[in-house]
Amino acid sequence: MIITTNLSKKYNNKVVLDIEHLEIPKGQSFGLVGNNGAGKTTYFSLLLDLIQPSRGEIINNGVGVDKSEDWKPFTSAFIDETFLIGYLTPEEYFYFIGELRGQNKADVDVLIAQYEDFFHGEILNQKKYLRDLSKGNQKKVGIVAALIGTPEVIILDEPFANLDPSTQIRLKSIIKGLTETQGVTVLISSHDLLHVTDVCNRIVVLEKGVIVKDLETNQETLKELELHFAN
Amino acid sequence: MTLKLLSLEWKSFVRSKSFGNNLAIKILMGFFALFMILCFSFMGIGSFYILRETFPEEDPLAFFNKYLVFYLTADLVSRYFLQKMPVVNIKPLLYLPLKKRKVVAFALNKTIFSFFNGIHAFLFIPFSVALLIEDYPFINVMGWYLAVTAMMYCSNFINVFVNNKNGIFYAVLGTMIVFGVLHYVDIFDVTQLTQPIFQSFYYKPYLAFVPVIALVVLYKMAFKYFTNNFYLDMGLSGKIESVKSEDYTWLNRFGHVSIFLKNDIRLLKRNKRAKTTLLMSLLFLFYGLAFFTNSIDAYKGPIWKMFAGIFVSGGFLLNFGQLVPSWDSAYYPLLMSQNIRYKAYLTSKWYLMVLATVLSTILSGFYLYFGWEAYAAVVVGAMYNIGVNSHMVLWGGAYLKTPIDLTSNKKAFGDKQSFSPKLMFFAIPKLLLPLVIYAIGYYTLGATFGFALVASCGVMGFLFKNKVFNIIEKVYKSEKYKTLSAYKESN
Repeated sequence: MIITTNLSKKYNNKVVLDIEHLEIPKGQSFGLVGNNGAGKTTYFSLLLDLIQPSRGEIINNGVGVDKSEDWKPFTSAFIDETFLIGYLTPEEYFYFIGELRGQNKADVDVLIAQYEDFFHGEILNQKKYLRDLSKGNQKKVGIVAALIGTPEVIILDEPFANLDPSTQIRLKSIIKGLTETQGVTVLISSHDLLHVTDVCNRIVVLEKGVIVKDLETNQETLKELELHFAN
Repeated sequence: MTLKLLSLEWKSFVRSKSFGNNLAIKILMGFFALFMILCFSFMGIGSFYILRETFPEEDPLAFFNKYLVFYLTADLVSRYFLQKMPVVNIKPLLYLPLKKRKVVAFALNKTIFSFFNGIHAFLFIPFSVALLIEDYPFINVMGWYLAVTAMMYCSNFINVFVNNKNGIFYAVLGTMIVFGVLHYVDIFDVTQLTQPIFQSFYYKPYLAFVPVIALVVLYKMAFKYFTNNFYLDMGLSGKIESVKSEDYTWLNRFGHVSIFLKNDIRLLKRNKRAKTTLLMSLLFLFYGLAFFTNSIDAYKGPIWKMFAGIFVSGGFLLNFGQLVPSWDSAYYPLLMSQNIRYKAYLTSKWYLMVLATVLSTILSGFYLYFGWEAYAAVVVGAMYNIGVNSHMVLWGGAYLKTPIDLTSNKKAFGDKQSFSPKLMFFAIPKLLLPLVIYAIGYYTLGATFGFALVASCGVMGFLFKNKVFNIIEKVYKSEKYKTLSAYKESN
């Protein structure tokens, strides 16, 4: 689904990302871990064509992301609060994203109804703008908005951060459902090794922009990761 | 302790984003401040003699006192829009082992030294000196000076209270505008009520203690207010309003454009900065009065009529349009990663500007009072605005890299983007070109021909809309990464 070749990003001659080859097949739940500055967000930004690569390219479902915009209809993402429109209510925001992705109001209503328990009664009909919601609730809105319009690729940067424990558990089952039953490719990054081993069938460790580990998840993965980061 | 707080202040000042990391801008801002100070000092010294020269039958001080009420209002308005409240910086100090009273006192005292208070001294001190030179008695001048200065500081603390009470503010502003207009057309003169008050400070200098006491009381009130609300969920937090979702389904007839049009209307309704722009656009409607009433000598040339026409009809277009796409800077990454048609995005902004221009033209019907030529200038100006300027502002915006903080009014006036040479370049076709075209027509075949020429330029631009939009779309695409990274830096 997503093929990265020879990709590198430099800022003032300092290499922040350098990936020789990375292939993510369709329907995989792909986890990216690494300490701060490892290049996780840089990679996601490159995937979304928000920054230009210094070298190399990313092919998303046959489309070179910095050559054409045809990857946009089947790709969605929630990276940070710059993906939210602060002066809208959550409902307005969902409908706005829905309209951009060719979904009418009824379609969006059906979709968000499925996530009622994920919202935990704190999102819909709250009479608040997004900018007045707490960080965790903003994140819930962003994540669900990324599910609108049946995307084939979903990119979530640190989806577990700021979420309460119940919501973290619900999010894990949502992601599993997407990849296992609907064949959606989900890319997430996280600092929480436990969550990421729970939910991802493949985990890649970045260190200063370079891939240092590429693991199929099994019983030993968590231990291996903990050992890696302990040193 | 105060020293430590002061050094924090200094750092926050020199390291702030809006101040820029650019030395050139710092120097430029320094010059600007100096320029303002010089202007005010000159006004202060000169105004006495100028007033005596132009209105020999009136006492300069009395004349000054007559219009002081409008000066006070203007001061309050500019404070409301520009002066930052001290509370914001208190938050990180909350949990530190500092005495509450000390922090609050520091925050309040800081406002005393603000630019908005200091600047008046440069007007009133020279004016008082001029009074003394002209043998006005010392005690009386002192009383007057003390009273006026105390009132300026009162307005400083009043501003602390009204800062979040828009209703009161707009009521005061509205009343004063009405009084101003009534005064101008000689129906009711509010200055007859207020002038004696200011005069009395001069005739009975001991009365100065009234504003001074008012100032002390206001200070105490502000102090108490902040000490009592020194909690995160009270005075220090912005209040959260209860809001309703709005569908605007009637806009769906605009097709793809409606997606953005709905958002743009919400943007204008729900953000402080956008609302300020709306208000400024409204004020532009009256800008024409300076030209059509012939009250200002410098504006008497016939060419200036066209200039007024552009401004009166295009207030919103110029104010709002020149900041596209910065209005969406806070969520630009979202827009760029969605399946967006630039054309629909730009067309939505275009519709807004056209709608506002038509509305301004209708509202400015009162210029008919000054003759058909005055209103013709507005209508022709509107045609040029719709046909040419709407494209120009969108085009120029592609090069604009200044993000907007929608929720605050800081920087609402005088962004550093105004120094960008590229944007200056776009000002030529926006403002200068219509004047030149009109002048060509006016000096060959007369005013009507001049209007016809400018109007036909507008129609031409309108016909080429699709072509121009294609070019603009390309520019937006090629500037995408630069714009994204510029917006990100300040986010």
